[in-house]
Amino acid sequence: MPDGLTRELIAMRAAKELKDGMFVNLGIGLPTLVSNFIDDLDITLQAENGILGYGNILEEDFDPDFINAGGQPVDILPGAAFFNSAQSFGMIRGGHIDVAILGGLQVAQNGDLANWFVPERGGGSIGGAMDLAVGAKKLIITMAHTTKNGESRILQECSYPLTAQKCVDLIITDLAVIKCQEGKLNLLETAPGVTVEEIISSTEANLTIDANIKEMSL
Amino acid sequence: MTVEFFSDPEQAVSIINNNSSIMIGGFVSAGSPSNLIMALHNTGSSNLTVMANNIGLGDKLDMLCANKQVAKVIATFAIRASGGRKSHFEEQYHKGEVELELVPQGSFAERIRAGGAGIGGFLTPTGIGTMVSENKEIINVDGNDFLLERPLQADYALIKAYKADKNGNLIYRGASKNFNEVMATAAKCVIAEVEEIVEVGTFEPSNIDTPGIFVNRVVQCNPIEIRWS
Repeated sequence: MPDGLTRELIAMRAAKELKDGMFVNLGIGLPTLVSNFIDDLDITLQAENGILGYGNILEEDFDPDFINAGGQPVDILPGAAFFNSAQSFGMIRGGHIDVAILGGLQVAQNGDLANWFVPERGGGSIGGAMDLAVGAKKLIITMAHTTKNGESRILQECSYPLTAQKCVDLIITDLAVIKCQEGKLNLLETAPGVTVEEIISSTEANLTIDANIKEMSL
Repeated sequence: MTVEFFSDPEQAVSIINNNSSIMIGGFVSAGSPSNLIMALHNTGSSNLTVMANNIGLGDKLDMLCANKQVAKVIATFAIRASGGRKSHFEEQYHKGEVELELVPQGSFAERIRAGGAGIGGFLTPTGIGTMVSENKEIINVDGNDFLLERPLQADYALIKAYKADKNGNLIYRGASKNFNEVMATAAKCVIAEVEEIVEVGTFEPSNIDTPGIFVNRVVQCNPIEIRWS
């Protein structure tokens, strides 16, 4: 098993996908860390619990009414808006969010995503994931390339229940950046110190190697 | 119908009998009607169907499960993929003591909105090709598949607003509109917990979030702080 990126570095790489003027939703967990790397960008963060325009996660002065979708207290920026959940998901389903960055459990060859249900645990938590996967203009999945046991999370077909079909545009893992395109997974970038061969052997799905493959710049 | 005002949350929820269906507003800590939930806990009504965004460790709603008052939960966020400690809800769910209907959050909000607005259902792309679409009708519109989702209504809604006036008009604070604003429209009896009650005419009419027509009971209390653990 090659040593890949830390969670922070995966988040840093994901932040490079964002551009000035975008409306962005960050999922719970690893994607939350992306907000640490966007200070020099003019981006509006949407939280599905009803905020457009939140900023940093606050460490003190907890106010229960000013939280992001992960329940973390956040700074509310000048020009922010609050709204109810029906309007919030109208925003999401209606295609008004440019990019959603979510965590993943499995991604399939055809862009299917599984990220809400672990069979060993049961029950599950869908939250906003299914609506974001369907509604965001671009969906980026950040996750560990393999499970703790070294099994690939990038598969021919997902074995876990799906969040949505054919929804993933880009996968950013500790080992690689992979683009999902018309049923193909195209390897665009390798993590520093990780070889193409190591990525292929850690990936159950078939990868095509991009003609301009390069090492990630962080 | 005039709005009734209470100073004791237990008195405000005392009309909730066994077997009732109850919407509970809030998103984690934001806009959680925690005083009303604890009052419901103290009154002990049981065999309840509860509809709420989240149920988990640290949620006051989990106290209702601890007290064996809940028969069914309709929620979007119920059992986490990781984390060692289990909520009372999760333990009872695995024992088959409480039923769970898990709903995508956007469909949950829209089902409640539809329930309050006299809409017979709606078509959404969310959930197509997933477990959520099981036993639901799929309708193709102009070449695209949609799921038919049905409205949600309840006997009671417990909601939290920032302030009420004496007509029952409500305003919210920060990110606490979330499910409160839609749930206020979708239950036969809406009970609102507020931090302050003001005279009629205090609010600018254009600033009112929930018009008083939707509100039946208002109770003023200091908010209980909750945090996900």
